[in-house]
Amino acid sequence: MPHWVQLMLDSLGPLLYAALMFSAPLTLLSFAFGLTLGLIVALIRLFAPAPIVAIARFYVWIIRGTPLLVQLFLIFYGLPSVGIVLDAFPAALIGFTLNVGAYTSEIIRAVISSVPKGQWEAAYSIGMSWSQAMRRTILPQAARVAVPPLSNTFISLVKDTSLAAAITVPELFQAAQRIVATTYEPLILYIEAALIYLALSSILSQLQVRLERRLGRYGGFIEARS
Amino acid sequence: MIGLENIEKQFGDLTVLKGVTLTMEEGSVTALVGPSGGGKSTLLRCINLLEIPTSGAVRIGEDRLEFRPGQRVPTAAVQRLRRQTGMVFQNFQLFPHRTAIENVMEGLTTVLKWPENRARERAMSLLEKVGMAHKADAWPATLSGGQQQRVAIARALAPSPRVLLCDEPTSALDPELAQEVVDVLSDLAREGTTMVMATHDLRLASTIAREAVFLDAGVVVEKGPAQKLFSDPEHERTKRFIATLTHEMVSDGEAI
Repeated sequence: MPHWVQLMLDSLGPLLYAALMFSAPLTLLSFAFGLTLGLIVALIRLFAPAPIVAIARFYVWIIRGTPLLVQLFLIFYGLPSVGIVLDAFPAALIGFTLNVGAYTSEIIRAVISSVPKGQWEAAYSIGMSWSQAMRRTILPQAARVAVPPLSNTFISLVKDTSLAAAITVPELFQAAQRIVATTYEPLILYIEAALIYLALSSILSQLQVRLERRLGRYGGFIEARS
Repeated sequence: MIGLENIEKQFGDLTVLKGVTLTMEEGSVTALVGPSGGGKSTLLRCINLLEIPTSGAVRIGEDRLEFRPGQRVPTAAVQRLRRQTGMVFQNFQLFPHRTAIENVMEGLTTVLKWPENRARERAMSLLEKVGMAHKADAWPATLSGGQQQRVAIARALAPSPRVLLCDEPTSALDPELAQEVVDVLSDLAREGTTMVMATHDLRLASTIAREAVFLDAGVVVEKGPAQKLFSDPEHERTKRFIATLTHEMVSDGEAI
């Protein structure tokens, strides 16, 4: 067996372990929390009074306008100076959640606005309250349109979690770095890490296709046809 | 049983309704006719408060709500009044993510909290009534316009509203499909369903409505029995309008 195959096989275990124990939980948790945050921020920006809207806009402005790596450093290395000391994983989780929240809030805001006004009126006309209309009529239709852009965010996030290595989270990329430090085989190890990221995002893309098919079974807005 | 008292509606600087007062009796069918922009749709939407009148009062049954400029009305009161109405829209507005029968059940299960089975039964009998039972499980996007509108009528009737409001129910349909909607609505009228419809479809109005109201520039120009208003209107403005409608129908190759 060639040397490089042997090396890849030997390191596959530790790399997958790191992916499973750190990269995956970090991705899933920060996406779940971030999506919730994004929904709240989107609803604020669409429906809340002006001062609260301003706060939400400020948050999105800060997060989108500064590098993710800088944000992670601020949270992990910066906050201890003001007495807030976080472990690496929670620090990364907070950083990624804030990021996902900012980006998805823009997506969610757009898809909620894209549902025709007549759908609100139809919901109201059968007696629904605002929250019933939102839950039963608007959000399900918005969700369908949101799948492709949200999947984009999700797949980016899988890859972005490699930045957590810089604040000492022992995730997939950091595991690769550690093996490189002992084997002096950066080319092989980093290719292997890249292949694992590639496999993960390919699986997720497939899930996106299925989800789109499932949500799209009803054929979309009928407005376009009539 | 439906009373509109001195309804005014402004959108910014534009006054769309200028003090409209009307009464509709239980079991009556009233057509609101008039030129586009004359205020008939807005008036209809003021009855179920999709538009909140700037001033005036709306009464349905025993519920009465008064409106004053710049004063907010409580959402609960708006909802209570609205829940006594059902509405059919020009472009149907079925919920595209729910099947035909789910569309009809929605108001029963979500708003009235009926159990699923009971709602399904009632929805099915309504779909039968509008001749759509065979499409109960179809997605709205797979139905023709006329079929969608019939499902929309069933959806509006599901919570047993006191009045069915129809906003140009046939305008988005070609004549053949419009006919199936007219048929369903005239059956309902015969059964004594109280209806108010904004329309410029003279065929619809003259087959179904017993009362007619001619609205122009936000005021009631003329009202009375539909037959009389369509065949022998009193006001010059009404005459001209009816004449253009009749002319349109003749040039479409149809008889009244």
